[in-house]
Amino acid sequence: MSRKATTRLIAALSVGLALTACTGNTPEPAAGSGDQGGARVANDEPGEKVVIGFSAPAADHGWMAAITNAAKAEAAKYSDVELKVVEGTNDVNLQISQVETFINDKVDAIVLLPFDGAALTPVALKAMKAGITVINVDREFGSPFAARSTVLGDNYGMGVSAGTYICQELGGKSDAVVAEIAGIDSLPLTQERSKGFADALGDCGLKVNNRVAAEFTVESGERAAANLLQAAPRIDALWNHDDDQGVGVTAAIKNSGRSEFFMVGGAGSANVMREIKAANGLHKATVVYPSTQGADGIRLARLAVQGKSLGDLVEVEVPRQVELFAPVVTKDNVDRYLPTAFES
Amino acid sequence: MSENTTAVRPPTADRAKGGVTALLGSAAGRNTGLVVALVLLCLVGVATAGDRFADVDNLLTILRLASVIGVVSVGMTFVITGGGIDLSVGAIVALSSVWATTLATQAMANDSHWLVVVFAALAVGAGCGVVNGLLIAYGRIVAFIATLAMLAAARGLAEIISNRKTQIVDVPGFSAFFDASVLGVPVLVVIFALVAAVGWVVLNRTTFGRRTFAVGGNPEAARLAGIDVRRHTVLLYTLLGVCCGIAAVMLIARTTTGSSTHGGLYELDAIAAVVIGGTLLSGGRGTIAGTVFGVLIFTTLSNVFTLNNLSISAQAVAKGAIIVIAVLLQQRLARRSGA
Repeated sequence: MSRKATTRLIAALSVGLALTACTGNTPEPAAGSGDQGGARVANDEPGEKVVIGFSAPAADHGWMAAITNAAKAEAAKYSDVELKVVEGTNDVNLQISQVETFINDKVDAIVLLPFDGAALTPVALKAMKAGITVINVDREFGSPFAARSTVLGDNYGMGVSAGTYICQELGGKSDAVVAEIAGIDSLPLTQERSKGFADALGDCGLKVNNRVAAEFTVESGERAAANLLQAAPRIDALWNHDDDQGVGVTAAIKNSGRSEFFMVGGAGSANVMREIKAANGLHKATVVYPSTQGADGIRLARLAVQGKSLGDLVEVEVPRQVELFAPVVTKDNVDRYLPTAFES
Repeated sequence: MSENTTAVRPPTADRAKGGVTALLGSAAGRNTGLVVALVLLCLVGVATAGDRFADVDNLLTILRLASVIGVVSVGMTFVITGGGIDLSVGAIVALSSVWATTLATQAMANDSHWLVVVFAALAVGAGCGVVNGLLIAYGRIVAFIATLAMLAAARGLAEIISNRKTQIVDVPGFSAFFDASVLGVPVLVVIFALVAAVGWVVLNRTTFGRRTFAVGGNPEAARLAGIDVRRHTVLLYTLLGVCCGIAAVMLIARTTTGSSTHGGLYELDAIAAVVIGGTLLSGGRGTIAGTVFGVLIFTTLSNVFTLNNLSISAQAVAKGAIIVIAVLLQQRLARRSGA
């Protein structure tokens, strides 16, 4: 499929899904229903205008590119939202100055996926003190005062999901060899994923026999996998933390001609999901780390500024923290997740 | 051979201090030192990972992994020997891979031959090299700065062209050719061997090679001797650019993708391999064989660490230590031989 067609398809699918999500979230705008929170509020009705500033790391990775695209698409759906998107950056210093500019511009809310949560905490605190609603996405700030609300993926849960699935598939084979290809080892998110994985495997008496770390890029994935395959003459199951680097991992496995094991992916790219659906490849499953977190951040920011609550909750305020689930996508349920998956 | 080199060296002080240092001081001796290091590393591999390390498959894996960065390093040896430096090699590899795979993934190019991909990568690599060379030789911009600019520009361009997406290639014939083996040796390794062999011949047995040493050793003297130093400089960077193009093709073959993230930190890996190989960073002295051993040492190191389940961070520390020890040793030897 040509890239353009793919992009269009994804865009169409994600808009479609988001629309169903909206309607799902929004019960009949029953006339006269009060605004006492919960699902009774017609959240999607245009309200007071909200100016939202959005900043995220550079889109040098399929998942990260999808974050910004989904956020933009989400904002475009609301006539009362004006989104200011700054160029994605992996330079912490530049990102801080981007947030400072938002503060000077007196935006109503800032949705921030920090390159480094700890490093962006002071400027987020400054924004909150200036009365701006800060929504923290994916990488947590160091202080609970730095954000009104936080949307988190479940990194530990990803590891647990992957480990639990592998335990099930291996069905009590006590001498099974399990391998792991992690992402950037210095990132807390990688450490949490690995810890969850080890914990879940421990529950069924397995352990990680061979582990390497890559750098979230295709090339590093290929290099790490080539060495790992030499380190382990026999493997029963392999968990790769990230489907972008997974393209390289898959290439290395194909080059080696090995096929005695199955592989579980991570993050949930559309390519891997299509492979799972076709059920003739190496991938039997992948663990989702939603790339729609930025979009959720936009919706939460809008609701928080407009003083609305979250649909389907009785609570009258937007929650402090939303932790997303890390489901295992297999052949049986892939159709449900494919529409929101990102292209790596 | 070793007897010979010690015998040729006149200073008796060296003999008094011990034959080993004198041996290491000579060109052949420097490589002997690297061979010893590589053998030691392999012994560590055998001792800690046994059969898994000595396995033919594993040795071929090491060679395959060394091939891509190896080709870049051979080109880098020329530029450094010629008194220059190139920080943009990783970015050029990325741009070449992206450009070539864009061609391969466009609908209009569906029926084009896979050689189109190869030539596109080579052409982009060469083009970047020419620009580097012209900026440095005729624009009189310091190599460090000119190639730093290219580093930023080429990677940015790769991001724009690919839209920061990983471009997966499925050109018939391409993978079939590059994934194949010749008499049990993977094609990628054959390419690396060819590039190294051609590099060795060009550097040591041709006028071009002699001019490279001359330009790197003393550009003014080279100019007075009738060498067109500026033209030669352009050629050196172009040659490295072509090597980057070759490396990009090899990377596409290995990963089936072109991506703006390819070639990350290649500049540092290549410079490290060249420097521990015994090529002087200040130019005028260079050895292809040393560079090849340098690349093999780093690749083997990473393999041995993975076989033993050790972390990337510990590996980075070991790598740093090897670089420092190698350069310290070089300096000692340089002082000894009065260079």
